[in-house]
Amino acid sequence: MILALLWLAIPLAAQQRYISSDVELGSRLYRLNCFACHGPEGASIPGVDFRRGQFKRVSSDEDLLRVIRGGVPGTSMPPHSLNDANLLALVAYVRTLHDSAASAAGSGDAARGRMLFEGKGGCMACHRVNGKGSRVGPDLSEAGEIRSAEYLERSILAPNESILPEHRSVRAVTRQGVVITGRRLNEDSHTIQLIDMDERLRSLSKADLREYTLLTTTSMPSYEGKFSASELADLVTYLLSLKGSDTP
Amino acid sequence: MILRTLVLVSFLAGSLPAQVSWDRLLHPEREPQNWLTYSGNSFAQRYSTLDQITRDNAKNLELQWVFQARSLEKFESTPLVVDGIMYVTEAPNNVVAMDAKTGAIFWVYEYRPSADARPCCGAVNRGVAILGDTLYMGTIDARLIAIDAKAGRPIWNIQVGDPKLGYALTHAPLVVKDKVIVGVAGAEYGIRGFVAAYDAATGKEVWRFNTIPGPGEPGHETWTGDSWQHGGGSAWITGSYDPTLNMVYWGTGNPGADWNADNRGGDNLYSDCAIALDADTGKLKWYFQFTPHDEYDYDAVQIPVLVDANWKGSPRKMMMWANRNGFFYVLDRTNGQFLFGMPFTKQTWAKGLDQNGRPIRADKQSPTPEGTIVYPGVQGGTNWYSPSYSPRTGLFYISTWADYYMNLAKMPAEYTEGQRYTGGAPRSPVPTLQRGPINTWTTENGSGMVLAVDPSSGEKKWQFKMTDVTGSGILSTASDVVFSGGREGFFYALDARNGTMLWKVPLGGQVASGPITYRVDGRQYVAVAAGHALFTFALRQ
Repeated sequence: MILALLWLAIPLAAQQRYISSDVELGSRLYRLNCFACHGPEGASIPGVDFRRGQFKRVSSDEDLLRVIRGGVPGTSMPPHSLNDANLLALVAYVRTLHDSAASAAGSGDAARGRMLFEGKGGCMACHRVNGKGSRVGPDLSEAGEIRSAEYLERSILAPNESILPEHRSVRAVTRQGVVITGRRLNEDSHTIQLIDMDERLRSLSKADLREYTLLTTTSMPSYEGKFSASELADLVTYLLSLKGSDTP
Repeated sequence: MILRTLVLVSFLAGSLPAQVSWDRLLHPEREPQNWLTYSGNSFAQRYSTLDQITRDNAKNLELQWVFQARSLEKFESTPLVVDGIMYVTEAPNNVVAMDAKTGAIFWVYEYRPSADARPCCGAVNRGVAILGDTLYMGTIDARLIAIDAKAGRPIWNIQVGDPKLGYALTHAPLVVKDKVIVGVAGAEYGIRGFVAAYDAATGKEVWRFNTIPGPGEPGHETWTGDSWQHGGGSAWITGSYDPTLNMVYWGTGNPGADWNADNRGGDNLYSDCAIALDADTGKLKWYFQFTPHDEYDYDAVQIPVLVDANWKGSPRKMMMWANRNGFFYVLDRTNGQFLFGMPFTKQTWAKGLDQNGRPIRADKQSPTPEGTIVYPGVQGGTNWYSPSYSPRTGLFYISTWADYYMNLAKMPAEYTEGQRYTGGAPRSPVPTLQRGPINTWTTENGSGMVLAVDPSSGEKKWQFKMTDVTGSGILSTASDVVFSGGREGFFYALDARNGTMLWKVPLGGQVASGPITYRVDGRQYVAVAAGHALFTFALRQ
């Protein structure tokens, strides 16, 4: 309950400053362009620590953009010829590294969190981590790489308020009355693609449907009151430890 | 709520969609609606029992959907179709999962190969293999990647060879039992080739067969000096498998250096061979060398097509092979015995074949610094383009370059790590890999055709001629329709019995892939890549 109040205290706007697809793209770009010098935690260059928000020449996002684009003459930081969208994605990722490190919820025990994830929480009935668990919900193998602690906490306590567009579900009813639900993978004017509760890839023609709805709520239950504060901290710490596999 | 979710999921777990088991891969004839492997079945005949599209109605074929690749490389990929889902690669190494009925995309797996990759002849890929819920793709930086077929996420990713030395993977892997088998490309960089099997679950190497034997191994004596170390013998097209004999068959490529054989005296085993390997151990069971001591780059990198049929009155397990060197062969695939051979196109490098199928070399056909005119040219009488065998017509269909020659100049060959190691320059009025200017060459310099050969007599039953050459594979069906295309960008339906053109469509880019056919919701589709896109056709409704 205390934690629940804590997350409410964090302004929602701060959490939504960077869109999740930018952060994910930024994460990939970081690995390709920045990782070698700045390291996995963004702290390999003396005087620079992305997780602590510590920079030598940067305070605003505009500063960050300028440094990534132009490099820093006289240092080993080279200029980068990335397009604007990629530059913005990198900024979003570097800033998210800071946001995620700033959270106090990362202070739990990751091993205990994993036991909760795989046991009591029943999370693997819908989620997948490094090849284990269900594909019905979002894969969490890189949760610690691309999500902040606050976001993860909020997802657990109030999933309906934090669902990302790419995780929305579809509920479709065929002309024969068959109900099909699943996570939306793709959609165009005439068709919709999803992975259903059976982990089956389905492609539906809208003309064959009596109705279909893109759900703004999620079938994930709220875990508020179901975990103690320390359990929640453990779980979030475990999720923050998930950095994806080495498999590119 | 948690409880309800759990109950729901556990209930549904009992009805999970069927995975692509090894049993399913062994029996594609039970599910002709699907296209489960690169060549359609383990005998690699690229033949389908689907028969909705017939000789009579093929004229009513019309476009259903197009997939535009985000790549300007040649589109050489053969898609797989599994229960209505199509998996195709987008050059160099992306995988796309699509609705086979509409082309709508479920997911895209994007892989960025290392900048060290140096595939000789285009940053291409020819497709994936599937086992269970996992797809397998080789990459141009010589890695093998396992990908979750439902989620499009990588499961494991292993190094097969060193891309800096020229190793690359371009073909679709072959799944046998619980193993994924691949070979490597790179003979133009002086690699030492191999075929290797990896555990499908973990990516751990199970066995490896070096196509160039090292000291102490049989065949090593067919190389003078240290030439074996950079002896090539790549294996860059998918093999085939006989479950009864438990043998994997693979074709191997040219010896290195390609066109300067001064330093590699001997037959240069096992370059330019058909090899039969024990599927469990990778041990060599037999080999047949088509072009001993090759000086022409006549890779035996063709699909080993397996045929069970009568031969001279008794049932026989055979292998049929139209080779880049211009000869067509029939072998006994239990032991590699030579049964029959004949040139299927103009060739000048051999006087013929002896009773064991070994070529009798013609005089004055070796490359010289001044240049030597040799038929067929460097791309061969045929090449990696999938042939097809129809058990119904009993005919073997070959994408052929007819009357095609090269002027082959020999040059010095020095091995330098990661550099081209070819020792010559073949030149031809016919552009090698891409369509060139249209008025600089003539059909006297070479042209393309679909050639139908009766393997039992060697008779050329029919030929379908094209002005330009062809890099297209061939598909035949149980309704006696043959599908193929060519570099001009046409895609054709032909009468499998006599080669009559039933239908054609201009696709605006060269066909450099093998067509497939499949069925969804009762409707038969034909898919083929041309230019930078994949096109899908079905009968007008």
